[in-house]
Amino acid sequence: MNTEIIGIIAMFVLTLILAIPLGRYIAKVYLGQKTFLDPVFVPIETLFYKVSGIDAKKEMNWKQHMVALLAINVVWFALGMIVLLCQGWLPLNPDNNPNMTPDLAFNTIISFLVNCNLQHYSGETGVSYLSQLFLMFLQFVSAGIGLAAAAVLFNALKERTTETLGNFYNYFIKSCTRILLPISVIVATVLLFNGTPMTFEGKQEMTTLQGDAVQVSTGPVAAFTAIKHVGTNGGGFFGTNSAHPLENPNYLTNIVEMIAQMIVPFAMVFALGFYLNRRKLSWMIFGVMTIGFLALTIPTVITEMNGNPAITQMGIDTTAGATEGKEVRFGAAASGYWSIATTVISTGSVNSMHDSAMPLSGMNQLLAMMVNCFYGGCGVGILNFYIFIILAVFISGLMVGRTPEFLGKKIEAREMKIAMIIALLHPFLILVGVALSTAFPEQGASTLNNPGFHGFSEILYEFTSSAANNGSGFEGLGDNNPWWNITTGIVLLLSRFLPIIGPVAIAGILASKKHIPESAGTLKTDTSTFGLMVFAVIFIIAALSFFPSLTLGPIAEYFTLY
Amino acid sequence: MKNYIVIGIKLTLATIVFFAGIYTLFIFGIAQIAPNQGKGIVVESNGKKFYKNIGQSFTDAKYFNSRPSAVGYNAAGSGGSNKGPSNPEYLAEVQKRIDTFLIQNPDIKANEIPADLVTASGSGLDPNISVQGAKVQIKRIAKTRNIEESKLEKLIAENTEKPLLGVFGPEKINVLQLNIGLDKLK
Repeated sequence: MNTEIIGIIAMFVLTLILAIPLGRYIAKVYLGQKTFLDPVFVPIETLFYKVSGIDAKKEMNWKQHMVALLAINVVWFALGMIVLLCQGWLPLNPDNNPNMTPDLAFNTIISFLVNCNLQHYSGETGVSYLSQLFLMFLQFVSAGIGLAAAAVLFNALKERTTETLGNFYNYFIKSCTRILLPISVIVATVLLFNGTPMTFEGKQEMTTLQGDAVQVSTGPVAAFTAIKHVGTNGGGFFGTNSAHPLENPNYLTNIVEMIAQMIVPFAMVFALGFYLNRRKLSWMIFGVMTIGFLALTIPTVITEMNGNPAITQMGIDTTAGATEGKEVRFGAAASGYWSIATTVISTGSVNSMHDSAMPLSGMNQLLAMMVNCFYGGCGVGILNFYIFIILAVFISGLMVGRTPEFLGKKIEAREMKIAMIIALLHPFLILVGVALSTAFPEQGASTLNNPGFHGFSEILYEFTSSAANNGSGFEGLGDNNPWWNITTGIVLLLSRFLPIIGPVAIAGILASKKHIPESAGTLKTDTSTFGLMVFAVIFIIAALSFFPSLTLGPIAEYFTLY
Repeated sequence: MKNYIVIGIKLTLATIVFFAGIYTLFIFGIAQIAPNQGKGIVVESNGKKFYKNIGQSFTDAKYFNSRPSAVGYNAAGSGGSNKGPSNPEYLAEVQKRIDTFLIQNPDIKANEIPADLVTASGSGLDPNISVQGAKVQIKRIAKTRNIEESKLEKLIAENTEKPLLGVFGPEKINVLQLNIGLDKLK
């Protein structure tokens, strides 16, 4: 078989094999059970609690959890604005990069705060090393926030009646120290030994073999690139992210970075099963997610490996596939696979330029972000999926004439209203943003890099990526101006915090309800029939809301090419 | 609320010290035992140092040429063309590259040119070309340098990097190392 295909199968299988034990470990961490890393981290965590005046044993209800979550994000926002607006005057700036403009700083800080990393700047010229390190700090803690919110959900799904759902700071700190940190250290080490730099020197001068003088940007890349993937953040150290040969030097690092970004989202699904002692539920969820993932990945890989028909017509050899915007060391298969992996989970790092991908691949990347819960980002993926479960329970309950219940809790009007608002918020933010940008050509059309249908796809991609907190882009778009910085900044904020608050609120409300023991009349939610139902709900919501916009962009472009 | 903000500020300071400071220094420490102390892998030739992973612009007829680049191989920055697959301007550009290649390599037929040689990479710094991409340049280089083709074929075979562990990913050639080897050929 083709070595490129074997490569991507290996990436998927290895991720799955590693994710199951990691899921067991994560469940133990959130249950407060002993793990082998306790001796290292208990003293560190105790120190954090002591310095900050936190009582980690104090139980919180869901509202207190959300207030704590929002409050600390406000602190990060304020501090981040100061760092970026003053980076030119602060230390660790060997290349003398200037202060950010206020609108760019606003967009940058929000996008790192919300685990998106949209990056309307290029790492080489836009930020100092100090700013990079601060952004790296946000990559840790924003992923920690997502995981902590998921931990609150896990706690709420336990079959009992309660108001209190554990301590927010406890979940948050443990997510950062015990889950994100150890994996990041391993990944960074592999990168270092494969040629990714970790230095504080500025740009290096180099004369090429042919005699041209060029400069080479370096920096503390290894530390940054590791957490960028483990936390499903995706913000590149360099402008071209993991396509850059220092950020992703070879096929081995490509495999490691791929596993690093998918492993925590995979593991969270299994962690849920271990936590609740309902493994079958985990496999139902994982099955639905995987079917969705494969349905997007397989056509994309095939399309990319087949190459661009317009170039094949020129009579050259396109057996290597669509090579524009791709690196030879990864090839078309691994680039196509990455483009879907990074969009189903909310990483948004790229190892090829999505703007140059074939129309169908672009559509699948968009669909992956429109659904936003096939695996999904660190913690938030499972929160998004939970909304669809609630909707599916309700719809199928009505269809078969049973009371809609999930894990022994009755779902009523209030929970359904929240679920509907959250499910519809995503298409609302994307489509309104796209409509506004298209309606004002001096803001939208004038910033495009490609004419026609593909240009429309660039606008659609930018808002979809923002609303999915993904952060990848059709990077031809000239997005560093007040219009794009401010509109996407607002979309980012709304699409991060409402979809966290919504599911946690539903879970919190359900947790305080009376527990109904399972009976013959209960709708089973860990069966493949129910899985199919969830899949149908996801498909209908995504397809119905987004199909018209996809028709105007990638689908129309497809028919001009083929 | 105020209480949560105060806790937030204290916790932020503590976690910044740990995740931006101690974590970074820890990785920096590991870098000191990594190849070239974590400053990127370097190859030397005739006393000059080059980054092995950073592609260089080779446009001269006597060298194996590298792929087109949207940033001219200046690694101060990085970037792809971001041209869409149906963009007419872009397709005309690709056609022009093919025509130029055929003029520079008159012994080659269009269907022998691999797509990577006429399309720009994602980073603009791609250090590699495909094996076929090197092979189609043999005739030109043999003529320019007055070298037997068989020697060049051997050089390409020596510089071909196999898939990872023989089974994962594509074959490729590092253009810089190939050209360093080429300069050493007699």
